[in-house]
Amino acid sequence: MEWEVVIGLEVHVQLATNTKIFSGASTKYGAAPNTQACAIDLAMPGVLPVFNEDALRKGVAFGLAIDAEIGKKSVFDRKNYFYPDSPKGYQITQMDYPIVGKGHVDIMLEDGSTKRINVTRAHLEEDAGKSLHEEFEGMSGIDLNRAGTPLLEIVSEPEISSAKEAVAYLKKIHSIITYIEISDGNMAEGSMRCDANVSVRPKGQKELGTRAEVKNVNSFRFVEKAINFEIERQIELIEDGGTVVQETRLYDAVKDETRSMRSKEVANDYRYFPEPDLLPVEIDHEYIEAIAETMPELPDAKTARFIEQYGLSEYDASVLASSKSLALYFEQVSEISNDAKLSANWVTGELSALINKNNLDVTEAPITAKDLATLILRIKDNTISGRMAKTVFEAMWEKEGTPDDIIEAKGLKQVTDSSAIEKIIDDVLAANPEQLAEYRSGKDKLFGFFVGQAMKLSKGQASPGQVNEILKKKL
Amino acid sequence: MINKTLAELSSGLESGEFSSVELTKAYLDHIATEDKKYHSYITVTGDLALKQAKAADKRRSEGNADKLTGVPIAHKDIFCTQGIRTSCGSKMLDNFIAPYESTVTTKFNEAGAVTLGKTNLDEFAMGSSTESSFYGPTKNPWDLDRVPGGSSGGSAAAVAANLAPAATGTDTGGSIRQPAAFCGITGIKPTYGRVSRWGMIAYGSSLDQGGPMTRTAEDAALMLNVMAGFDPKDSTSVDREVPDFTAKLNEPLKGLRIGLPKEFFGAGLNPAIAEATLAAVKQFEAMGAVVKDISLPRTELSIPAYYIIAPAEASTNLSRYDGVKYGHRCTDPVDLFDMYTRTRAEGFGEEVKRRIMIGTYALSAGYYDAYYKKAQQLRRLIKDDFTKALSEVDVIMGPTTPSPAWKIGAMKNDPVAMYLEDIYTLSVNLAGLPGMSIPCGNVEGMPVGLQVIGNYFDESLLLNIGHQFQKETDWHAKKAV
Repeated sequence: MEWEVVIGLEVHVQLATNTKIFSGASTKYGAAPNTQACAIDLAMPGVLPVFNEDALRKGVAFGLAIDAEIGKKSVFDRKNYFYPDSPKGYQITQMDYPIVGKGHVDIMLEDGSTKRINVTRAHLEEDAGKSLHEEFEGMSGIDLNRAGTPLLEIVSEPEISSAKEAVAYLKKIHSIITYIEISDGNMAEGSMRCDANVSVRPKGQKELGTRAEVKNVNSFRFVEKAINFEIERQIELIEDGGTVVQETRLYDAVKDETRSMRSKEVANDYRYFPEPDLLPVEIDHEYIEAIAETMPELPDAKTARFIEQYGLSEYDASVLASSKSLALYFEQVSEISNDAKLSANWVTGELSALINKNNLDVTEAPITAKDLATLILRIKDNTISGRMAKTVFEAMWEKEGTPDDIIEAKGLKQVTDSSAIEKIIDDVLAANPEQLAEYRSGKDKLFGFFVGQAMKLSKGQASPGQVNEILKKKL
Repeated sequence: MINKTLAELSSGLESGEFSSVELTKAYLDHIATEDKKYHSYITVTGDLALKQAKAADKRRSEGNADKLTGVPIAHKDIFCTQGIRTSCGSKMLDNFIAPYESTVTTKFNEAGAVTLGKTNLDEFAMGSSTESSFYGPTKNPWDLDRVPGGSSGGSAAAVAANLAPAATGTDTGGSIRQPAAFCGITGIKPTYGRVSRWGMIAYGSSLDQGGPMTRTAEDAALMLNVMAGFDPKDSTSVDREVPDFTAKLNEPLKGLRIGLPKEFFGAGLNPAIAEATLAAVKQFEAMGAVVKDISLPRTELSIPAYYIIAPAEASTNLSRYDGVKYGHRCTDPVDLFDMYTRTRAEGFGEEVKRRIMIGTYALSAGYYDAYYKKAQQLRRLIKDDFTKALSEVDVIMGPTTPSPAWKIGAMKNDPVAMYLEDIYTLSVNLAGLPGMSIPCGNVEGMPVGLQVIGNYFDESLLLNIGHQFQKETDWHAKKAV
């Protein structure tokens, strides 16, 4: 049977505010346990939440970035459940009146086409603390540093049809939140986390299959693996005559599998009701406009501009525009080198390969835009060949100096003096009379042999173009 | 000394008639010998009081004294006080010492007032008799067999028995006004949002409001001058200018329009209380007020509305008491569930458990619309009734309670009967209006209260009315002891 996959994603983004959403405690990551939890975060008796306006601004900015309806009146609610890392016994969240309503995100599919994923809503809420189960000898420790960190929960419509699409959607969300600087997007530190609702149905069937919610998928790679595992699990289960149970499943990255956590049927009744300690948040058109004016150029607009302005392919443009810092880097290289196409090739090619390999952001790369541009200029003015440039690039990555210093130090200057090249070729032909005779009797393939010998004799420094040209004449 | 009003004590300190240390010692001595009878205090803070009194005397000698500098007062044990236990009348918080100070007590500390101690209350302010306190009941100074009312019963009894000249209270459904009426003192619940709730342990967040409990309306004005004001730490406090509440105390009442809601004089009202209330109204007429019959048709519905909304909010407000972070924790829990259930079973008393269960039920999936949502709709209608009435009259008057203080234990097996006793006070909290109770008579040897309800932020008018009444009558001056 042919199966169709339906996925909806809930993405939790920690907003990069200095202080928590309802208290003045710091949100900085990595402090010693419970050193960044004040009386409000500890839910002491008689304390009250005060809403951090910066979280509101960041929520509105996200809404504007995905072309969504902005909630002019948003209301906080209490979601009640007992858990040690939820110090109040309820989470303050937004139920009926979220800050962000319907919006959309466009993703690029593998075949180069664009698919629109609708966003149902995005609401503000507070993060929970962390339960620590190791090192306490049969007890659990509670760290409330994270409790009260502002979150924006972004809920997609169930319109995602594969794990790859899910990753593309997540990458787009990541790109947007880092562009508008509402979050550092650091997935390793939990700044962006994802839960995936996955179901399958026979192709053509209208009603949705029963879904399982896969939690704890906190890297792009794990999202893809976890969803693929879950799809296969469900299909196998149904094909073996079983039925999918609506439940929450935890992804185990080590074993690469999802495991049942708890059944939703017996899950909590959260008893939502409006938070009486906070007034509804009302904003007007001017407030939204003021935030709109501070919005930077967004990934889609930048992609379109790169295609238009630099004549880049849609693929190259979207890769470059996916990260604000990468796009900025590219534009700097392109401006100095005055060659957008070569700049795009180097940035998306060699540079991105090493950045990704070393898990760096382009701002952390050891090669400045100015140096990369200089390298490109040296290719263009024939000082070095493309192949030499790769050697120079590798040395630049190792911080051996500026491109010119490296070219000098390694003696990599390309020989472009045609009389010198002629001399080399003459030497090669003289040294290989047999091959020369064979070539002249029709064995064309030997042309490459002569080029190779010439390059070897020049220690790789002869301009390959000129070698070809002069060799053709001489033969 | 200890028979004086707050205003008199303030003048006595100002004139040098006595020092704050002398005054504080007199109260502490009196508490030490007399409070065994009443049990109005949970914690007496003698050392702190004397330290504060010394500082107050110094401040006065330096010429920096405010009205209440050096005046000893008591705080309901629901206001968190840094370094001093705040129990809220519950075993759950028997060991709880807050690392922060409530806004209300901070303001009194800054004014230089002296803290005598923390007064008894119904557990988590849930009750109308102070019988549900983990520390045992407080007794009514007028009759030790009777309740002082609640939940601010400790504060009311302390003021009535000269164990404090004034005290703070909180009022969620009548918890300042009803004990004030039962103990023959003056109590005012300000407009919701007038007094900060920061550091005041929450019962029903949308209803809770702190206020003063005093001998006279003038004293209440002096207290409210300190308590009121916008607080950035409480998002529901109102950013609005606070008047000097003593400024209008002496305005004449000529032309004052008083509304008498017929629903406040219906079945269930003790006839002697009705009589005392109407006699008080006559007094106002004699002072130039005009009386009009009005209707607040949804008065009766305030009981079901309140007993859904307050428990609903309470049920989640009290979820934080889980044994994890502070407060009571059961011994040797075998797992998390065991820790939660035994901690809460042991830490909460019967009435608190009852309200948590009612509230949890009312918010549950499938019942929310029928209970909580419906109650919120009723709340709006009740508010509309008041808004309409207060467009035609300046204030609404009626009895504070349908009966005088009952015998301790009388309502023990019938919580609903006790809920019904709140009929005249609940609607004021649901509407968020200011309400005051002043002594206006005596029934069965027990004091009764006149309730005066005003428009939003019209506390000055209520206090003006109270003060004028107390200039013409002596109900407020009658003493329990």
